[in-house]
Amino acid sequence: MGGTMGWHLLRGWTVLVYLFMFLPVAVVVLLSFNASQFGSFPMTGFSFRWFVELANNDAILRAFQTSFVLGLMTAAISTTLGVLASLALVRYRVPGSNYISTLLIAPILVPEVVLAVALLLFLNFLGINKSFTLLLFGHVIFTLPFVILVVQARLVSIKRDIEEAAMSLGASPRQTFFQITLPLMLPAVLAGALFAFTISFDDITGTLFWKPGGVETVPTQIFAMLRNSISPEINALGTVMILLTVGLPLLGMGIARTLSQKRGG
Amino acid sequence: MSSVHLNNIVKRFGAVTAVQKTSLEIQEGAFVTLLGPSGCGKTTNLRMIAGLLDPTEGEILIDGKRVNDVPIHKRNLGLVFQNYALFPHKTVAENVAFGLKYRDVPSSDISRRVTEALELVQLPDVGERYPKELSGGQQQRIALARAIVIEPDVLLLDEPLSALDANLREDMRVELKRIQERIGVTTVFVTHDQSEALAMSDQIVVMSAGRVEQVGAPEEVYNTPASEFVANFLGASNILAAECKSRSAEGVELETPIFGKLVVPAEKAPNLGGAGPAKLVIRAEKLLVAAKDAAAPDGVISVPATIEAVDYQGQAVRYFVRAGEAQLQAINMIDQRPFAAGDEVNLRLRPIDCAALPDQ
Ligand SMILES: Nc1ncnc2c1ncn2[C@@H]1O[C@H](COP(=O)(O)OP(=O)(O)O)[C@@H](O)[C@H]1O
Ligand SMILES: [Mg+2]
Repeated sequence: MGGTMGWHLLRGWTVLVYLFMFLPVAVVVLLSFNASQFGSFPMTGFSFRWFVELANNDAILRAFQTSFVLGLMTAAISTTLGVLASLALVRYRVPGSNYISTLLIAPILVPEVVLAVALLLFLNFLGINKSFTLLLFGHVIFTLPFVILVVQARLVSIKRDIEEAAMSLGASPRQTFFQITLPLMLPAVLAGALFAFTISFDDITGTLFWKPGGVETVPTQIFAMLRNSISPEINALGTVMILLTVGLPLLGMGIARTLSQKRGG
Repeated sequence: MSSVHLNNIVKRFGAVTAVQKTSLEIQEGAFVTLLGPSGCGKTTNLRMIAGLLDPTEGEILIDGKRVNDVPIHKRNLGLVFQNYALFPHKTVAENVAFGLKYRDVPSSDISRRVTEALELVQLPDVGERYPKELSGGQQQRIALARAIVIEPDVLLLDEPLSALDANLREDMRVELKRIQERIGVTTVFVTHDQSEALAMSDQIVVMSAGRVEQVGAPEEVYNTPASEFVANFLGASNILAAECKSRSAEGVELETPIFGKLVVPAEKAPNLGGAGPAKLVIRAEKLLVAAKDAAAPDGVISVPATIEAVDYQGQAVRYFVRAGEAQLQAINMIDQRPFAAGDEVNLRLRPIDCAALPDQ
């Protein structure tokens, strides 16, 4: 009896925790369709007007463009570096590979503010000014661990036997990589790239420190808008962000799953 | 088809010496098995022949040409692993065709040769399937087809049957041997399973702790073990301390406390020089347990003994028997009813079934 009671309490508590986390999100999404002038309850009607205004707001469009370019470049660079690093760490005996591995994963473990300030101070010390390149560099540093973790896990599960079989059949190490290893890693590589893109797209802490004046990403743009007033536009923007940052990984996972099913895993 | 020579090969991994000064000649077209317990260096030898490991010392010759510096993808070898190692993202046909893409085979020939290879392994209809849709035994046949379709100079197999169930393993053994004989490819087979080695090989290389203990035909290593290790590793043997009295053309005369004086044929004691301490090797299935009152035929030694334990195995039975100081094993076919523990019996032995080794 007491056991069942305990379970009920635990279940109730869990539901509350989830409500606490997701209710605000649901509220934002709901309010973004509110016809009212004010970004708050009560709802006065259903409307897409705030999304339309969003689409006509130059500052926001510019921020979207910046975020997209930044996200894509971050994903491209992080994924390339991440795949190479994983290959080196898993497939070759690099001296001190344990330390290198820890070093590469470290940015996840260090609070982002610390990382952001450290990088900024370091570049100040070198006399380098803030720039888009610096921003990109920062994003690469803290998306890289995610790519490495995902790709490394996959690579470990690809048996060395398979690559050795390919080589025994006449494929050079390079041909073996492109014919065997890469296709087998592909779901993980795509997942890593998506991770990198979403994390970069979503990031605010590091971005606030690193972005040069006049450049805004979507999160910093929202942040700036919030300082003036709470416009219903922000709710709409929030909804778009949620759609992108939740939808993209889901889409990626779906693609990865069908890919690996078709190819026999 | 090619010969393979290992000349004084040594392989060290840091402080561990996996292979010690090994020399081996593998004739063209032969089926040679590297046999030994786990960790004795079989895989290491095979991987050095394949080009997946560099020997620390020594030379590897394929067809008389030194290949130490030839990378694996230029060696033209067929490699089959314990866990099949098929490409999971390619169909069976694509798997088998893989090696042909790197050889100047016209695309019209590729599909013909893939079909032939699949027919050879008796799986003609699975070309469109993915590896994971096949059973373990089928996957291993595909791995074999993929390795032989390129007409390799040497076929290298590392415990290819170990991952299969017992029944399937015996079928595949016959199958593998049939295919090897059909295409006549020089084959190096690695296993720790003595019955596989005895059933399939032209030559068995018995290894222990990185060293070759004996090289010979299956009957040779089985009946005339060159060392105590070989005698114990292949089947069950009784090894008794003995005194060699003399050696003549006829044979070596040994004396043991239990069986008294007996003469072992000279060819079954090739390494025993002359008088001195020696070992008498009696295979468990050559030691016959007989009723106490039955008379022994001529030329058969018969000594009294007591059965201590009986291990019933279906068509055969293994007796643990005490004769004087020694406990011996005898594996006999069951004739009517096996003896029981405690029975007083006679142990019969023909000297021509024994082998002799020098003491150490
Ligand atoms: N890459 C390696 N690094 C260190 N030691 C190894 C390596 N490969 C094999 N060994 C050692 O070499 C010995 C022989 O191994 P192996 O050839 O795999 O044996 P087998 O195939 O007969 O079971 C073992 O003691 C093993 O631990
Ligand atoms: Mg092995």
